Amino acid sequence: MKVDLTVNGKEITADVEDRMLLVHFLRDVADLTATNIGCDTTSCGACTVLLDGESVKSCTVLAAQASGREVTTVEGLAGDGTMHPVQQAFHEQHGLQCGFCTPGMVMAIVSLLKENPHPTEEQVRTGLEGNLCRCTGYHNIVRAALAASEVSS
Amino acid sequence: MSIMGTRVIRTEDPRLLTAGGVYVDDLRTPELNAAARVTFVRSPLAHARITGIDATEALSDPGVIAVLTAADMDDLAPPPPSSGEWDGSPTPLGGPWGEPLLAIDTVRFVGEPVAMVITDGRYQGEDAADLVAVDYDPLPVVLGPAAAVADEILLFPAAGTNIAIANPVPTDDAPFDACDVVVEQDIINQRVACLPMEGRATAASFENGKLTVWASSQNAQVSRFILAGALGMAPDQIRVVVPDVGGGFGAKIGIDRDTITIAWAARKLGRALRWAETRSENLVAMSQGRSQLQRIKIGGSRDGRILAYRLDVIQDAGAYQRIGGLLPFLTCLMAPGVYDIPDVQAGFRQAVTNATPIAAYRGAGRPEATAAIERAVDLFAAEIGMDPAEVRRRNFVAPDQFPFQTKTGAMYDTGRYADALDQALAVAGYDGLRLEQQRRRESGEPRQLGIGVSSYVEITAPDPDAGETAKIEVTDDGSATVYTGSSAHGQGHHTAWAMLVQDELGIPMDRITVIHGDTDLIPAGVGTYGSRSLQLGGSAVHKAALEVKDEARHHAAEMLEAAEADVVLDTSTGLWQVRGDPDTALSWAQVAGHSSGGSLIADVSFAQDRPTFPFGTHVSVVEVDTETGQVKMLRHVTVDDAGTVLNPVLTEGQRHGGIAQGAAQALLEEVLYDADGNPLTSTLADYSAVSAPDLPSFELADSQTPTDLNPLGVKGIGEAGTIGSTPAIQNAVIDAVSHLGVRHIDMPATPQRVWTAITEAQKASNQ
Repeated sequence: MKVDLTVNGKEITADVEDRMLLVHFLRDVADLTATNIGCDTTSCGACTVLLDGESVKSCTVLAAQASGREVTTVEGLAGDGTMHPVQQAFHEQHGLQCGFCTPGMVMAIVSLLKENPHPTEEQVRTGLEGNLCRCTGYHNIVRAALAASEVSS
Repeated sequence: MSIMGTRVIRTEDPRLLTAGGVYVDDLRTPELNAAARVTFVRSPLAHARITGIDATEALSDPGVIAVLTAADMDDLAPPPPSSGEWDGSPTPLGGPWGEPLLAIDTVRFVGEPVAMVITDGRYQGEDAADLVAVDYDPLPVVLGPAAAVADEILLFPAAGTNIAIANPVPTDDAPFDACDVVVEQDIINQRVACLPMEGRATAASFENGKLTVWASSQNAQVSRFILAGALGMAPDQIRVVVPDVGGGFGAKIGIDRDTITIAWAARKLGRALRWAETRSENLVAMSQGRSQLQRIKIGGSRDGRILAYRLDVIQDAGAYQRIGGLLPFLTCLMAPGVYDIPDVQAGFRQAVTNATPIAAYRGAGRPEATAAIERAVDLFAAEIGMDPAEVRRRNFVAPDQFPFQTKTGAMYDTGRYADALDQALAVAGYDGLRLEQQRRRESGEPRQLGIGVSSYVEITAPDPDAGETAKIEVTDDGSATVYTGSSAHGQGHHTAWAMLVQDELGIPMDRITVIHGDTDLIPAGVGTYGSRSLQLGGSAVHKAALEVKDEARHHAAEMLEAAEADVVLDTSTGLWQVRGDPDTALSWAQVAGHSSGGSLIADVSFAQDRPTFPFGTHVSVVEVDTETGQVKMLRHVTVDDAGTVLNPVLTEGQRHGGIAQGAAQALLEEVLYDADGNPLTSTLADYSAVSAPDLPSFELADSQTPTDLNPLGVKGIGEAGTIGSTPAIQNAVIDAVSHLGVRHIDMPATPQRVWTAITEAQKASNQ
């Protein structure tokens, strides 16, 4: 079937299998490979992207469902050569190690801070329940989220 | 001022944060443009004979290129005859205990690969794999270490037993008979999933007689060695490339049968192939960790002196022994931990079971040792009614005893165990916590406080003589390139290695490139495991920097027409000068340009005489809801002393991650099977992986006791967090409910298990 998505501000039209997942569309059709696949049960959040500004797990959305809508991935978060405040906070607070969960984690926090610009530590932790990281023990991810919330204030 | 020991944020990050890493499944390299996709057909049964495989229907499915089974492996040499013991050679295809590449006539765990389907498209593979008809004749299953050693059901009938390796514990009761108090306990160190966020992934192509394999691995060079052995190729016919790796935690040491099979198929078909496993595959087919039954016996005097300790381990190997007897060997080696115990008896049996193979997982044998001795010390302390921290203090190896030869054969290099304990207790405010605990106990409120202590020592770089390689090339543009045999998958090698080079050569970090994980560029190397990277790989980089400097000094002296002894490098500017004459400065670019090839190169390896032994103390504070059994981690305080710290940012990151994985084992995670060997935790919806709300922020205290075994004074830090945290948290949970009569709770301390322990203790006290 034919789908028509706006990804990071760029319109992409393609003929895809009906069952194609949004994450596969992003990786295989749009050739944006920062968004990773970490599970098959919508549990890990590695594939988190923004769909019309709200975070979704792109392994649980069909490309067809995203047709006609705007998708933002971590590649499209900031301009060339710059970093969004959440990306900058991850860098400064050592919020990433292997980097695999990072794009999804960053997008989840962007969405979280949009809904709640000044969260407590507990609210950050609860808000990230659906995003797994095996490297950082979440300690510096939480610090990065809190640091980014201060920057945005 | 030296950059060493300072907080340098990572050079790796901007790329990972803005464009994402390039993991195997992200590769868009031309060789893989037309790559077909691999889907494995995996056994749905834990133990069965294969009576037939029919791929006819799958092959008629559109887009299916091939279906391959063990019968197609006629181009591989038959398995070598085996003595019945693992000889250290690559394990696939070998001997009566050997793991085949694809199941031959028997499957021994759910998830074992039986056939591979090769398709053009992503989704076609899953469809076609369902159409491969495999006929199974089910066999009875054996699960868990205790059942395995009963030898009633055998996985390898030709072997006559399930016990593959045995190093039986000496059972000398005399030392215990002489003790005032003896305590015994069976402890289960449960099976857990390693769970790197990137599962296993492989791509392979075979062109012009050369096999290229891209693998998500901790060791490119080891992977090439395994491939060469398994496929009967010369190493120089194989290139292994390790791109970004999304976590390893021991489960990606070398490569598994799945990757070897893909490499073989790419060669056989002459077609590039790629595979990235699903999480459901990962949770049944990637090697898992721990899985020991430990029988402990500890004895001592009423004044708190531990006089005898016995640890009898049954190691569940899973269906195949992927790393020989390494795990229980390390558990037994580290059995006495930080204590100077006059009599230590440790031994193991390793047995095969119808479950996913067990291999290294963060700590690999040492967390199991620490869990056993730290539970034992708490049980002993409870029995004699002494504060558990005080019992530890009375039994530590003293600072003046180092280097210390343990009863189990380890040679501890340096340590200040009492200092680490005292520091951790001070940061935690231990006395105040005990008062609060007492208050809650007296008031009888439902939420009780538990305080757990774990003092640990572990072994890092357990294979110090294997060493590590480093090559540094400084070119006539003034930049440096570091080629390292070590392998990064999140640890921050690029930052750390560049710091080492800047510190020694004065070339700024942003002019230093670090390359790893390509056997064409770095044919010799060992890679990353056992917390070996900085002490071996980092020391190799340091050594190479010194050699480049010596070479550069020679050229600079010629250019400056001065004696070499008078030529100095100002590392703050990266300029070569004649001592006392700042006007004669030469840059690295000029000095490198003076050499015949336009670059200065040092190619070295570094080996260490002995392993190093980091140590520390963790204090865990938990709250247990006695009405529901729910455990909440309130605080976690650690002192982790791994020698000199190169970059606190990286060290703290390693500690954080380790603590979280240790907490995961203590409280949450367990791989479960039903009675037929069906996995019950094969998705992340079922496996309770630790997430952010489960944890507090951690409180890390700094302590640095250098080792004299390498020039940097460093020990490994990658696994310490896991080793220290698990027993501290487990001890804290039990401590919270010990006044209710609870003596021990096995991990994970789930609400059900804690609630049951409380209920049973209350029943017992009412009788």
